Amino acid sequence: MNKTVLTIDDSRTMREMLNMALVQAGYRVIQAVDGVEGLEVLRAEGADVVITDINMPRMDGFGVIEGVRADPAHRATPILVLTTESDATKKERARAAGATGWIVKPFNPTKLVDAIRRVAA
Amino acid sequence: MDPFESIKATFFQECEELLTDMESGLLAMEQGDDDSETINAVFRAVHSVKGGAGAFGLEELIRFAHVFETVLDEMRSGKLHLTDEVAKVLLRASDVLADHVAAARSGGQVDEGRTVGMIADLQGLIDQDRAAELGLNEDGDSGAVEEDFGFVPVVLSLDEPAADAPEVDVAALMAAAAPPPEAPAAAPAWRVTFRPKAEMYAKANEAALVLRELARLGDVEVALDAGAVPPLDQLSAEQAYLTWTVRLSGDKSEAEVREVFEFVEDDCDLEVTREGEAATEASEPDIAADDDASASAVEAAAGAPLDLDALLARVAAPTEEPAPAAAPAPAPVAAAPPAAPAQDPASLDVAGLIALAEKASQDHAQTQAAPPKADPKADQKAEARAAAGPATAATPTIRVDLDRVDRLINAVGELVIQQAMLSQRVFESGLARSSDVALGLEDLELLTREIQDSVMAIRAQPVKSVFQRMPRLVREVADMVGKKVRLVMDGENTEVDKTVIERLSDPITHMLRNAIDHGLETPEEREAGGKGAEGTVRLAALHRGGRIVIEVQDDGRGINRPRVRGIAMAKGLIAEDAVLSDDEIDNLIFLPGFSTADVVSDISGRGVGMDVVKRSIQALGGRISITSEPGKGSKFSMSLPLTLAVLDGMVVSAADQTLVAPLSNIVESLTPRAEDVHLIGGRDAVICIRDTFVPLIDVGVALGFRDTPLPPASGVAVLVESEGGGKAALLVEAIQGQRQVVIKSLEANYQHIHGVAAATILGDGRVALILDVDALVTTSRRKAPRIEKRMAV
Repeated sequence: MNKTVLTIDDSRTMREMLNMALVQAGYRVIQAVDGVEGLEVLRAEGADVVITDINMPRMDGFGVIEGVRADPAHRATPILVLTTESDATKKERARAAGATGWIVKPFNPTKLVDAIRRVAA
Repeated sequence: MDPFESIKATFFQECEELLTDMESGLLAMEQGDDDSETINAVFRAVHSVKGGAGAFGLEELIRFAHVFETVLDEMRSGKLHLTDEVAKVLLRASDVLADHVAAARSGGQVDEGRTVGMIADLQGLIDQDRAAELGLNEDGDSGAVEEDFGFVPVVLSLDEPAADAPEVDVAALMAAAAPPPEAPAAAPAWRVTFRPKAEMYAKANEAALVLRELARLGDVEVALDAGAVPPLDQLSAEQAYLTWTVRLSGDKSEAEVREVFEFVEDDCDLEVTREGEAATEASEPDIAADDDASASAVEAAAGAPLDLDALLARVAAPTEEPAPAAAPAPAPVAAAPPAAPAQDPASLDVAGLIALAEKASQDHAQTQAAPPKADPKADQKAEARAAAGPATAATPTIRVDLDRVDRLINAVGELVIQQAMLSQRVFESGLARSSDVALGLEDLELLTREIQDSVMAIRAQPVKSVFQRMPRLVREVADMVGKKVRLVMDGENTEVDKTVIERLSDPITHMLRNAIDHGLETPEEREAGGKGAEGTVRLAALHRGGRIVIEVQDDGRGINRPRVRGIAMAKGLIAEDAVLSDDEIDNLIFLPGFSTADVVSDISGRGVGMDVVKRSIQALGGRISITSEPGKGSKFSMSLPLTLAVLDGMVVSAADQTLVAPLSNIVESLTPRAEDVHLIGGRDAVICIRDTFVPLIDVGVALGFRDTPLPPASGVAVLVESEGGGKAALLVEAIQGQRQVVIKSLEANYQHIHGVAAATILGDGRVALILDVDALVTTSRRKAPRIEKRMAV
């Protein structure tokens, strides 16, 4: 079965972009628009990899990482955070919170798939 | 559409929403709202615009958004405080950002001077030292900003789909696995020692996956050191005990090798050295395992070649277990056997690698075979979820081509007509009203009406899309004329048919301009008059009587009636001795050729008077009026039908023709008494209705159906009011009833006829003309321009 990737991003553009790249690479994609919904969806449907944005309403990416790691059922689910080059401190914070890896925006499909492959079988 | 283009379209659509959110946030901030969530929302909006722009390589937009975002970030972190001044600069910056988005969308350019000036203003909000620290240099030079930004846009290209990457690598892997008679002689192999720490596993990183990535770089020999694994009873599930040593041949650079460890480098001990260098030797002796558990395993597996696939599978396997963090612990026991072959340099399991490669290419093939299957269900669910999220999510929507909706509306229109025809035939056939057929028809009629309403609702949209463009307009106009204006908007969610929405923008724009330019006083005048320096303009939408009403109200000086009257007289628009009510005087500004501004400013004027606004509204079946109170302000009200597709009409007959008069024009109907009708000039009739004379128009004659007028007393007079407020009585033979009719354009099917607005098809299948009341009234009034005068009673 295809791997399922949960993408959490408040930007529809970014969600569509991730969706396009991931679907083309053969992943099954489920989406959420913010951290709160992301955790709900993860609990309800599960995912093999979580990709999350940092800046989001209601619950940001750090909240997502903490929530996933605190959930016994998902503490070993890889989490990739979407960051930009200028966000070095955010990358560190995400890592400290338990992020598995990161994807630097803007990404191209190859980089995205490489990053997922590195964290998910 | 090309999916990339379609995402780009989504981006611009989203930008519009983001800009709106940003603007409402900024307006709240202007009112003193410094709640962190408000500031955050504004920041996120700008951030998202920048993020999307980055993906599409929209440099100008990125550059400006970056400066804007940086300033907002300062505010977010409490380093910059919200003041009136700051809010004003941010609002202006939002306008410039909107221009950049528009320019990016159309491929146009934003005035460089404006951008640079705005960047300077934004930087001005931040302390100079801090600006330098943030990399926002003083002159707004783009170079440094971008350099600091380090944001290299990579344009997504579908020409090289992501899925190609694994394919290429698989080929390379297979090539590497195939008999390299003499392994690449040029570069000495890399020796990588990789010792994960517990933290690495805690972050859900897997040694197996890292090793697999490494294997993609070239020819690998892997040795596992399980020496640190304690006896079973001392084994901790949360600890990491294993060390791998990998010999990697191939011509990869150290950076490329290290990149594989990018996510884990801080959570493992990693050594990358060229073979033959000192550091490597030190780690090698460990490889021969020495404790009991692994020693026996080594014996059992002695001489067996390294099966990389099995190794990877085993290391990966524990992920599926209930306590995933235990992954590293059980692994060593199981994975111990392969430890031995390290002594055998030719131990790479080519078969294993090929199997791995085949598996990868199978995966790839599956990917290729079924890409569009990306689970429509999942998408739907995602859509539904997007709807469920209360904060950001909108109600669930689907986007449908307008053409399809129009086709549906047309079909429903035909259905309504057909249903009416059927009902009429049935009743004509003499069936009892209580018969099953008649009762069934009644239900059908209700259903048909319901379908029609639902279909019309599909096209209905909130006026928000028009309203949201107005705050900016108000700011710009206010700046231009040097007035202080606060815009208050109400009823943005009022819905109206899409065709109406598209045509609301111009009249609203004009009325707002007019309110600010003419309605409001200058700050000094206001203060002198005991009002606050800031004027208020209220823009509201509401439903009233099956129509949508748009109101633009200002708290300015009101209409100067003596002056308006004077101008109207000077321009010959009214008679010297005209007796006019205050309302009538106010409404003189809608007359063609009237303009109160002494100098037609390019703000409200634009060479267009209120008469043009009025005509464009009338063309939509709407009407506009003004009420005013000197010193307190004016209110423009414009009312429009909710849809342009159906019409509530009064069906009348004249000269044996069936005609429809729009119900919205009808004031009342009455049977004329002969003594109330007078002839002016021996031909043009007027009728006295409650002490007011109005023209009496014989519809049959006016439309040319017959030459001799109907004796007034034998017909019915329908008092109508044109959009301009002018009244007239339409003389017809009889009133048949009231019904909703589907408008069919006459011009599209035939040609324009004076006095006829459109046509419709009635229940009996006949075509009925819909009267253009305005045209009829105007024509009659032109013939008798001063007829309507109050009687001195």
